[in-house]
Amino acid sequence: MHFESLSDFFAMGGYGFYVWLSYGVTFALLITLTVVSVRGRRNLINQIRSKQAREQKLKEYRKGNKKDEPKA
Amino acid sequence: MWKWLHPYAKPERSYELASTLLPWFAVSSVITLLIGTIWGLAFAPVDYQQGESYRIIFIHVPAATLAMSTYMAMATAAFVGMVWQLKLSDAAAAAMAPVGAVLTAIALITGSAWGKPMWGTWWIWDARLTTELILLFIYIGIIALHNSFEDKVLAGRAAGILTLVGVINIPIIKYSVEWWNTLHQGATISKLDKPSMPTEMLIPLLINILGFALMIGALTLIRFRNEIIDRNSMRPWVRELVAQESK
Repeated sequence: MHFESLSDFFAMGGYGFYVWLSYGVTFALLITLTVVSVRGRRNLINQIRSKQAREQKLKEYRKGNKKDEPKA
Repeated sequence: MWKWLHPYAKPERSYELASTLLPWFAVSSVITLLIGTIWGLAFAPVDYQQGESYRIIFIHVPAATLAMSTYMAMATAAFVGMVWQLKLSDAAAAAMAPVGAVLTAIALITGSAWGKPMWGTWWIWDARLTTELILLFIYIGIIALHNSFEDKVLAGRAAGILTLVGVINIPIIKYSVEWWNTLHQGATISKLDKPSMPTEMLIPLLINILGFALMIGALTLIRFRNEIIDRNSMRPWVRELVAQESK
């Protein structure tokens, strides 16, 4: 280990603010991109599912209408 | 080779391949990045000129280098998509754009946080910094074009043209530190010369470059899969996939 103590490590020879700012922002941006990308899949699947459900409903509705036609 | 390659022009096969590769890329990138970052932050020796502040290099250089590599990969995909009208190629280009944009933003922000203590300023309008900022704007433009058309073929073509025009910026970024006077230092590692840094610093840097590359691979695979699902949402195999996922 290069540093003598943990507080030395966090101080980064007086440059702590800049070093930890860089690492913090990098970590935050990468995590955000990962979360957004992974969630994108779930959103897409939910979208497709609700679209399918809508189509199914429409189909059943049309079928129902056809049956009713002769009576009307 | 074509016989081996052409099944992957089918979205379903490409999706399967991406799904197989994804866990390997994800796990190996996390491990590599952990090793490289801890090594760089806690074990690498101090720089005799810049003190501990130089430790920003272990994320700044990988992000900046690979932001350009990602751009070239994206441009290759966009070119293939335009010339051979391969829809999957457009999907790959669309998947890479946000990843490259985030890398460019990281390079700019970490560079800024490194410039403040070393140069005395967060920002200066010199060649390297300005061209890097232009790279970010080009990336954002490409993302915007991909999202502004309902028709993905049209979107791919529009974004592809911008991508190919933007390639001109890449050599300018790379050689900006040699062509113009700048505060930015020259390249630390290059293929032809000996690296201008001791091995104890070089090894964690190379590990982190590898880690970033693997991470870019993993993120691109995640986004590529999403693009395929989005573009093929009416296909039976996607319907099946959705049905399976709902259970």
